[in-house]
Amino acid sequence: MSAPKFSTLTSRCVVLPVQDVDTDQIIPARFLKVTDKLGLGEKLFCDWRYLDDGSPNPKFVLNQPEARGAQVLVAGHNFGCGSSREHAPWALVGFGFQAVISTMFADIFKGNAVKNGLIPVVIEPAAHAALVAQRAGQPDLEITIDLKSQTVSWLGQMPLMFPIDPFSRTCLLEGVDELGYLQKFQKQAEAHEAAHA
Amino acid sequence: MERGLRTLSERVGDAALHLKPGFQMSSSPKTLFQKIWDSHVVAEEPGAPTVLYIDLHLVHEVTSPQAFSVLKERGLKVRRPGRTVATMDHSIPTKGGYEAADEPGRIQLRLLESNAQANGVRIYGLDSVQRGIVHVIGPEQGFTQPGMTIVCGDSHTSTHGAFGSLGFGIGTSEVGHVLATQCLLQRKPKTCEVRIDGALRPGVTAKDIILAVLAQIGVGGGTGHVFEYTGAAIRALDMEGRMTVCNMSIEGGARAGMVAPDDKTFNFVNGREFAPQGAAWDKAVAHWRTLPTDAGATFDKTVTLDASTLEPMVTFGTNPGQGVAITQPLPQPSSLADANERAGLEKSLAYMKFEAGKPILGQPVDVVFLGSCTNSRIGDLRAAAGLLKGRKVAKNVRMMVVPGSQSVKLAAEAEGLDKIFKAADADWREAGCSMCIAMNGDQLSPGQLAVSTSNRNFEGRQGKGGRTVLASPLTAVASAVAGRIADPRPLMS
Ligand code: SF4
Repeated sequence: MSAPKFSTLTSRCVVLPVQDVDTDQIIPARFLKVTDKLGLGEKLFCDWRYLDDGSPNPKFVLNQPEARGAQVLVAGHNFGCGSSREHAPWALVGFGFQAVISTMFADIFKGNAVKNGLIPVVIEPAAHAALVAQRAGQPDLEITIDLKSQTVSWLGQMPLMFPIDPFSRTCLLEGVDELGYLQKFQKQAEAHEAAHA
Repeated sequence: MERGLRTLSERVGDAALHLKPGFQMSSSPKTLFQKIWDSHVVAEEPGAPTVLYIDLHLVHEVTSPQAFSVLKERGLKVRRPGRTVATMDHSIPTKGGYEAADEPGRIQLRLLESNAQANGVRIYGLDSVQRGIVHVIGPEQGFTQPGMTIVCGDSHTSTHGAFGSLGFGIGTSEVGHVLATQCLLQRKPKTCEVRIDGALRPGVTAKDIILAVLAQIGVGGGTGHVFEYTGAAIRALDMEGRMTVCNMSIEGGARAGMVAPDDKTFNFVNGREFAPQGAAWDKAVAHWRTLPTDAGATFDKTVTLDASTLEPMVTFGTNPGQGVAITQPLPQPSSLADANERAGLEKSLAYMKFEAGKPILGQPVDVVFLGSCTNSRIGDLRAAAGLLKGRKVAKNVRMMVVPGSQSVKLAAEAEGLDKIFKAADADWREAGCSMCIAMNGDQLSPGQLAVSTSNRNFEGRQGKGGRTVLASPLTAVASAVAGRIADPRPLMS
């Protein structure tokens, strides 16, 4: 019953600056025949990450040495578009990611992400470009995300504010469970039903 | 968690103080979206999203298992089974029977059956003669009605907006929320009018309208917004065409797309099994007539397109916004100023094995797929069969026709459409999502190129390594006959 909690994180990052990455790439549909959330991390970005013979594609960012233990994904514009599958954040979290940085997220993905303790961090294109460029020369660059102050920072970069829904932020900081919150409104829901019957 | 809950409640006071009893009358002009939203607000606490009432919850096998698990863990039941409808569509075989599905698929299908049974939820199972794709059977059975809030753990729930309802996709956590409470926490989105003026020319369809809209705004252009489609070309579409347009709203990033209800809408709904009847029908229609956007209501954004200039559209890339008129050459990455966009276009063209600047007409085709919640209704099959009649699918092409529901299949067979498809050497199947998502064994082999009437051309969407060109049913048939990407208009004269 516990809701995922988050406060602050400092970690290396993986950079995948491709724009319009859809949830079919994050987790292909053939892996959606699960009835739980287990094992999806291994299938994350499966068709980019593994070669046809099933061995890791050495060119793909998740297979490079710096990716090991990285908890932040720096992604391109409009990350998570397409299907509503929550398997996408489940796979990202299953791999070990706790935050994704982009210049824009698709709506459904963003909503699904926060419910699983995965922080969608939106920054300006210029800052994003600077981060990608700096990380290119500094593979072990660490990024700090502080949810309380809603800031993201890295070496040489003053903390940047990022927007996040205040309710989502509270839920993440305090471990509030959304279903539990919704259940408090059952009387009002009944009143609505009575008024619209 | 307990502490968190208390803290939040203390800060905002007793939720009951914020109860909004029903519809708030207001004299200011409102959009269709605004009217539906306002009349479904259950509660609003400061700092929290709106608690929105959900009239209809559609459930399928892929995005519901983990939600039912949460209910089980917490000892909860589905709160309003009568407002919940389950169907099997994504991983069901289109050859008939459980046997064709793989083991994980079978487990998922059986689990949906047992979850539905345990909760008293109506299910359109494998043996149902009305089973079909969730977004086809909702309207077909009369569940989908104007003015409703409709959700499903499926992004193409936007389809139902064609009836002047607010339909949108949700994640599995939210599926659990709705199952347990019939409510959803939502921030109010912005609105965007998508006005399609003018009249379509022959050979150009609803699918071409939405592909042209997507080519104009891109796959992120509608993010944060709900679309309302307006204009003469939208009013002229039949309900199936409106569903095709609304279906692909999510492909522009908009969670919902809507069309104001009119007599066509009411005529479509009237007499269907779950539609209101008798006095309730008259009352419902009177209410539905108040839903269209008021004169003077404003949208946050407006996009316009002239339907009379459109040609058949096809996609050339790996997202639905990468579309061109079928007679046009493929775009040049060098024409794009933005480095990321340029890289995106280069990546797409490389995956599709297409060359910039070359025509898309004439590209060899391996598979043609007629189906999916975008284009698998009886009107789509009629249009396709009309063009295919007396012709043959090219020898090198495999054409699959997958009706959106078993009801559509039976209706098509009653009209003899199946005979036309079979005579043309197309494969006539049972209903399901099939090759739209390739979860049931219907899929492309690596490298194969499909012209598909579905909604997504993402890398590998129709099978790992497969390449997808999205098009209308007419363009799909013309391409099947030619064995190459072909313009349907010459076949129509
Ligand atoms: S037909 Fe395709 S898009 Fe429609 S619900 Fe099925 S898988 Fe999703």
